[in-house]
This record gives sequence, C-alpha cells and structure tokens, in this order.
Amino acid sequence: MSQPPPSILYCHCKYAQVVPKEVKDAVLRRLCESGVAFEAVADLCEMSARRDPALARLAQAGPVKIAACFPRAVKWLFHQAGAPLSPDQAEVLNMRTLTAEEIGTSLLAVDLHANLPVGKFAPSDQPTATSALA
Amino acid sequence: MSLSTPTLRILLYEGEGAQPLAAADRYAAISSLLEKGYAVTRSAADRPVAPADSSPMLVLGRFPGSPPDVAETDIPVHFHDITALAPAQLADLVETVRTDTGTAQHGAWKPWFPVIDYDRCTNCMQCLSFCLFGVYGVDGDRHIQVQNNDNCKTNCPACSRVCPEAAIMFPKYKAGPINGDLVSDADLQKEKMKVDISALLGGDVYAMLRLRSEKAKSRFSKERDSDKALAERQKCLIKLAAAGDIPPEVLMSLPSPEEIARRAEEAQAKAAAARGA
Repeated sequence: MSQPPPSILYCHCKYAQVVPKEVKDAVLRRLCESGVAFEAVADLCEMSARRDPALARLAQAGPVKIAACFPRAVKWLFHQAGAPLSPDQAEVLNMRTLTAEEIGTSLLAVDLHANLPVGKFAPSDQPTATSALA
Repeated sequence: MSLSTPTLRILLYEGEGAQPLAAADRYAAISSLLEKGYAVTRSAADRPVAPADSSPMLVLGRFPGSPPDVAETDIPVHFHDITALAPAQLADLVETVRTDTGTAQHGAWKPWFPVIDYDRCTNCMQCLSFCLFGVYGVDGDRHIQVQNNDNCKTNCPACSRVCPEAAIMFPKYKAGPINGDLVSDADLQKEKMKVDISALLGGDVYAMLRLRSEKAKSRFSKERDSDKALAERQKCLIKLAAAGDIPPEVLMSLPSPEEIARRAEEAQAKAAAARGA
C-alpha cells in the first residue's frame, strides 16, 4: 500500500513583517489554486505559545511539509509547544529565504526531504513537569 | 490575556454536500481569516489534515441545501453557509461564532517570546539569572525552560545576547542567528563579544545598577534632585539599549534600581538552586 502524501502546513506569520508579504501571499495563492488539502495557520509562534493541541496532532500525523521560517526555529517552536516533530518526517520550507516558486513546487511534491537540524537533544528528552523552583 | 483558552478550529469544507469554491474565492476566504488570526483547515481527499480534537469547530461551506450530517460527537460543531458572504462578512461571522463559543481572541498579544534550542543549550542558567520578568523557570528535572511567554517584553532580545551558546531564538527577530538561522563559528565569537552586557558596562550589570542606585541615593539625600537621578538612570539604560539592541521603551519601563536588584537576586537564587541540585 502506498503512503499518503505528506500533509501541508502553511504559516502566515501574521504578527511580524519578517516574511516577505509577496512570498507568503504567493505561496498561499498557489496552495488555493492547487486544490489540495492543507492547514493554514495565522502564526505558528502564537500557536506554540498557546501550546495549541493542533500542533501535537500535526506533529503526530506522519510526514509533514511546513512553509514557515527557519527550520531550527520551527523545530523548537513545536518542541516548546510539547509537540516535537519527528526529524525524519518533517520538511521545513523557509519563506524568509526561498522564493515563492521554490516553496510552492516543494510543498506540492509528494516526496519529502526531511531537513530539521539534528543535534544532541533526543525527542524523548521532553521537559518534565514544572518544579516548585519555577 | 490567557494563553490557555481553547481556540476555534475552522474547516473550509468543499466535499460532498457542498459546492466547491473557485480558487480566487478560496484564497480570499482563507486569507481574510488568517488576517484575523484564525487557523483554517482546507480539507480534500488527497492529503491528510490534523484530526479533530475537543476544540469547538466551525465548518464553513457553500451548502445548497442543509449542511451535511455529522457523526455523533462530543465536539461542538457549528455549520455556516457562506454562499452569499464576502470575505469581510465571513470574518465578521467567524468573530460572532468565536464570541459565542468563548474561544480565544487572537491578536491581543504579539507572540514575542524566547525559544530555546536544546541542541545548543548547556543549562547554564544565565538566561534565568538575567531575565527580570520571570519568563524562564526550570522543569521537574531542573532543566531551563520558558514558562511565562507573555511576560516577555515585545521586541526585546536581551536574553539571547547573554546566552553564551547562542541557544536562544526569537523567531520574529530581524537577523540571525537570533531569528533561528544556523549558528556559525563567527556568530559564536560575535555573541561572546557582545553578549556580556555587564562587561560592556564594566562589571555585573546588577551590581552596577545597585551602585548607581546607592550613589543616586547619596546624591539624592544631599541634593534632593530627582531629575538628576532620573537622568543618570536613563543614561545608563540608553547605554544598555545600544549594547544589546534592546528597545529603549523596554528599558525605560524597567522597575526601580532597588526592584531590579531584588528581582535579580531572586532570579540568581533560583538559578543557583537549579545548578546546585
């Protein structure tokens, strides 16, 4: 049985002007024109701060392509929300540095090129409950 | 503002029982909702989307008759026909449902807070010692973590400057590596040079503020010149702002030197306790 294509997550980075407007608008337009299923969120940072359960559902739902910002930031935003991404199941496309054309093409392709930075920290090393010191 | 209030999940439905939207209408609808701070799921058969959870859900679609049936569920699901709605009206409709469901309001807080790269973090607790606003704490295993996101001062990246490993990111910051870009060796050297804000000021910043406070008190008692004391403090803070790219309004809103000293001691005690465990 073939694997379903990766799910798609688009971040609109609403609360800052660090992602070029023309890039994020063009990426969203391309997704809308393609007719594919996708998740569009106003701001991943806000969701992370809220520990929005949608992040955990996305992180656990298998391969995912994310149009947002730097892979290192996205990796730890999910982690901080208690929803760590699987390093071999996530591809982050950086709208701060790539063109809309590059991002659109990569998002809609079915193959996934995992690119989260991998370091000393293991996904199992999740923070534990807050201590009395905090 | 509470960050724990559940959010309204919006599903743009174009499947069986609904008419599909033209691509331009789909774009207009989704972008108008994103601009209001909402997340939108556009479902289709080709790819998975995140499954539902217990959050209230609003299903929007062009339903020619009655909305499609929903399986028996504990999730509160609302349906609305959007056939005749312009994007602005759509946003108003969603806002009404959001209010009715008591779900989170978006946009009341700019999501500016530190994000820790644990691949780099050495748990040195300098950030905890430094932050005067109680953003950092430790978990049950005494590992540093961000605990109070909304205490963070918007546009202030000061704690990332004091991190010796460049492990603290602010994803909405303008430049790397604070914005999450990869950390180069050159960045590390640069960080080490500029980080030690206290060194730039000739020693422990808190000790310096205390000293200034004492001097100011001494002068104050002699001169009763509050303007002079204030000017002295502002001079010190402007120097800090320039050294750490800290918005002046953040520094100018800092508490009194005595309060800063008290909070700093409290934070340092927390850090020492975490380190010593």
